[in-house]
Amino acid sequence: MNFSEVFKLSGLLCKFSPNGKYLASCVQYRLVVRDVHTLQIVQLYTCLDQIQHAEWSADSLFILCAMYKRGLVQVWSLEQPEWHCKIDEGSAGLVASCWSPDGRHILNTTEFHLRITVWSLCTKSVSYIKYPKACQQGISFTRDGRYMALAERRDCRDHVSVFVCSDWQLLRHFDTDTQDLAGLEWAPNGCVLAVWDSCLEYKILLYSLDGRLLSTYCAYEWSLGIKSVDWSPSSQFLAIGSYDGKVRILNHVTWKMITEFGHLATINNPKIVVYKEAEKSSRLALGYNSFPQLRAIGTLPSAESKYEIASMPVSLQILKPVADRANPKIGVGTMAFSSDNYFLATKNDNVPNAVWIWDVQKMRLFVVLEQLSPVRSFQWDPQQPRLAICTGSSKVYLWSPAGCVSVQVPGEGDFQVLSLCWHLNGDSIALLSKDHFCLCFLETEGVRTTFGQLGDHT
Amino acid sequence: MGDWMTVTDPALSSESKITSQYTSETKMSPSSLYSQQVLCSSIPLSKNVHSFFSAFCTEENIEQSISYLDQELTTFGFPSLYEDSKGKETKRGLNVVAVLNCMNELLILQRKNLLAQENVETQNLKLGSDMGHLQNCYAKLKEQLETSRREMSGLQERDRQLQCKNRNLHQLLKNEKDEVQKLQNIIASRATQYNHDMKRKEREYNKLKERLHQLVMNKKDKKIAMEILNYVGRADGKRGSWRTDKTEARNEDEMYTILLSDYEYRQKQILMENAELKKVLQQMKKEMISLLSPQKQRPRERTDDNTGTALSDVEEDAGEMNRESIWDLSCETVREQLTNSIRKQWRILKSHVEKLDNQVSKVHLEGVNDEDVISRQDHEQETEKLEVEIQQCKEMIKTQQQLLQQLATACDDDTSSLLRDCYLLEEKERLKEEWSLLKEQKKNFEKERRSFIEAAIRLGLERKAFEEERAIWLKQQFLSMTNFDLQNSENVKLFSAFSGSSDRDNHTVHSRPRARKPHSVANGSPNCTSKLTKSLPASPSTSDFCQTRSCVSEHSSINILNITPEETKPNQVGRECTNLKWSVASRPASQEGCYNGRSLTYANSHIHKDNLP
Repeated sequence: MNFSEVFKLSGLLCKFSPNGKYLASCVQYRLVVRDVHTLQIVQLYTCLDQIQHAEWSADSLFILCAMYKRGLVQVWSLEQPEWHCKIDEGSAGLVASCWSPDGRHILNTTEFHLRITVWSLCTKSVSYIKYPKACQQGISFTRDGRYMALAERRDCRDHVSVFVCSDWQLLRHFDTDTQDLAGLEWAPNGCVLAVWDSCLEYKILLYSLDGRLLSTYCAYEWSLGIKSVDWSPSSQFLAIGSYDGKVRILNHVTWKMITEFGHLATINNPKIVVYKEAEKSSRLALGYNSFPQLRAIGTLPSAESKYEIASMPVSLQILKPVADRANPKIGVGTMAFSSDNYFLATKNDNVPNAVWIWDVQKMRLFVVLEQLSPVRSFQWDPQQPRLAICTGSSKVYLWSPAGCVSVQVPGEGDFQVLSLCWHLNGDSIALLSKDHFCLCFLETEGVRTTFGQLGDHT
Repeated sequence: MGDWMTVTDPALSSESKITSQYTSETKMSPSSLYSQQVLCSSIPLSKNVHSFFSAFCTEENIEQSISYLDQELTTFGFPSLYEDSKGKETKRGLNVVAVLNCMNELLILQRKNLLAQENVETQNLKLGSDMGHLQNCYAKLKEQLETSRREMSGLQERDRQLQCKNRNLHQLLKNEKDEVQKLQNIIASRATQYNHDMKRKEREYNKLKERLHQLVMNKKDKKIAMEILNYVGRADGKRGSWRTDKTEARNEDEMYTILLSDYEYRQKQILMENAELKKVLQQMKKEMISLLSPQKQRPRERTDDNTGTALSDVEEDAGEMNRESIWDLSCETVREQLTNSIRKQWRILKSHVEKLDNQVSKVHLEGVNDEDVISRQDHEQETEKLEVEIQQCKEMIKTQQQLLQQLATACDDDTSSLLRDCYLLEEKERLKEEWSLLKEQKKNFEKERRSFIEAAIRLGLERKAFEEERAIWLKQQFLSMTNFDLQNSENVKLFSAFSGSSDRDNHTVHSRPRARKPHSVANGSPNCTSKLTKSLPASPSTSDFCQTRSCVSEHSSINILNITPEETKPNQVGRECTNLKWSVASRPASQEGCYNGRSLTYANSHIHKDNLP
């Protein structure tokens, strides 16, 4: 496992291009595009203000940089550095900006969610979509980029509009039976739309592409409801994480619940492996840390923490939620299916240090990772069942069915990994801290040996 | 007296019984004293009676008293005391015989009365004790009743309390329910109010939004603009098209095709899954049929005989159909047939498996015995094998010895010198030492042997004595069945004799481990000479060993090298069981013997080599 040099970064804005060739990162008002392999700067663009949002177009030809404070969006072309485009939303303001899937339109949401402006880079045309709903996840594109579903609010009722992305024609418009729609998401096959209610009510509705209501699911009433929703990549399962600390899996045939994953704080099943991160007492790696160039961490005598297999029964650290505040830290807030559908990683917010990994084939708990500090983010390798976790410490954690490993990120001072994102082909991860980022290259052989060693534990 | 008894009329005696009872109860005598005294005691009766008579009858009133007695007696049914008078005028004379008879009768009555009285008394006693018991019982029961009453009152009290509590709880529950109801109402009202407020607020918000929208959009904001260097081509390379009804229709079509394709894809998947499941089902069915064919054949034949009933036909049809138009026939009939047949097969299989289970459990029970038998057979086989091995070893030893002798006698100078060179001085010395040690041990062993032989002789004598003793004892036992003391003393003797024999047995047993220990060492690594030499002394030669053993116990079959059960003489009563034991135990011993033989060859070779120079 190799680590790159550390580069500057602001606002955690570091994105791999969809084709996997480039890496865009923002430093204040500058946008730097690097080659992924050499890490040489390919292009450098200067924006008008500090960049708050950056996004690659789907064809990796353009990058948009949004400056919400000034209501500005600047678009840069990778092929033609001299080409530029600036969109000013003026007094209407700007709160969100995103590409349409064709990479030729930009959707800007104005302040107060007054409207969504669709700017075309091909023609002068500008389209407006009125009444967008201000919610957690109000826009969703199908994976093939043909359709967009948009949550709307008209006359105190929730509606969903389905647009054809190629010409922004309204395909379907229907009202949903929700009190306060909180989000919507297309299934990866683009044929089913999941719509869920706000946390005050547990309700999820499934609509077909043509606007028919396929099914409604409600697990319980009178309690805080859905917190997170995730489709499996095969569109076969819909995982619903809720405030009661459970994940419910719906199937795609009858839309009924298959199983319920409870996140109990005590684990007493010898079939489940609990990896507990433990601090290593020696700090031998200190000398190496000051060494500023590329180096192999695998040769280091010790990382500062390691995983131990906890003996049953294990009780995980529970955070007592504050009951009288909004958005209590309870319930399953983050979920992710692995790219091969075999695993589901979840995080229960009142057990912040743990990541649960469920075996989807057997529909049971497989592994629990308990970290020393609260888990910030985790992401699956796009190519294989391999989970990268960061906790805001200077370590990155990798789990695979063979075992798990904790790796110290080398660098001056403390490199606190706040976020991470995988490269498309799964051989590198971008590790983001508050001011810096670096790439972590996973050499397949090296990884295999480390996992092999760890595999003995399992 | 006896004659009297026989003469008495039975009717009369029964009558007299009645009368006696009567007399005992009613006191008809002139003076009450008589009856009192009669009742009081029986032993001093004669005297009392005498005195009584003196008082009752005096010289003067003999006649009256006789007549009185006569009257009395006749009233009680006795014959008259007077002689039967022929004439009325003549005075009737006293019939002495009748008087005596009457007296006798009276005495008998008296005795009977006494007996009855005794009986009555005992009965009275019994009844008294019964009474006491019953009274006790009564008292106890009374107590019990009291306690149970108390308990009952306590329970009643508790019940009352519980009821009270229950009532309170009911009240509380009711209150709680009311509270809940109230709260629910409040919640509902709040919710409606909240919703109402929300709607109002949202409307206001919408109005504001609308207004803001108008304000922002209508101002012709110059700022809202896009500066772009030049327009980019579309990603698909096509030109944008106008929005028309056509495009709308096309979009619809596209959407439906997408949906259709998705559904088709899913259907295909489901079909595939179905097909696979059917395949599995078919396979299972086939396997079941093949498995259950012996059981199946009979009913099928029967059905065929009965001009093919519907069931078998259907089954066969289903089978054929499934073979021909395999999976696409998902119609209900086929499914039903398939499931039915599978279900049937399954039932048969289940019963079959259950049967097998039963059989297995039975076999298992029997198997225990079988194992026993097998183990014995194994033992025998193994012993045979080992015997053969021992024979072979013996032969090998012989040949080796011969070879060594040949070598010793007919070796050339070259070979001798070579051999001489082969052995270092140290080794020679060591061997010499070992040899001397061996000799010493051999001597010891021989001494031991001698002692063993002596002991054996002694034991033989003892046995003879014991046998004689036993014979004597048996004889004595036969002769005197009742003479316990003698027998006991003999028994004591017998036990002592037995203890002597057991001692002897112990002796032999003790001799075993001594012989065994070195073998176990020897079979560890026969290559190591030092170990070998240590092992040697205890077993100078297997034949010796056997001899000693046979000396020690003439009849035991531990002739290690050649165990021949025919040799054992089962003439002794207690020997047979020991024989059996030994034959069982002889397996390891014979093995040891084999090892022993091997070690011996090594030792022998050393000896001969030692002798060489």
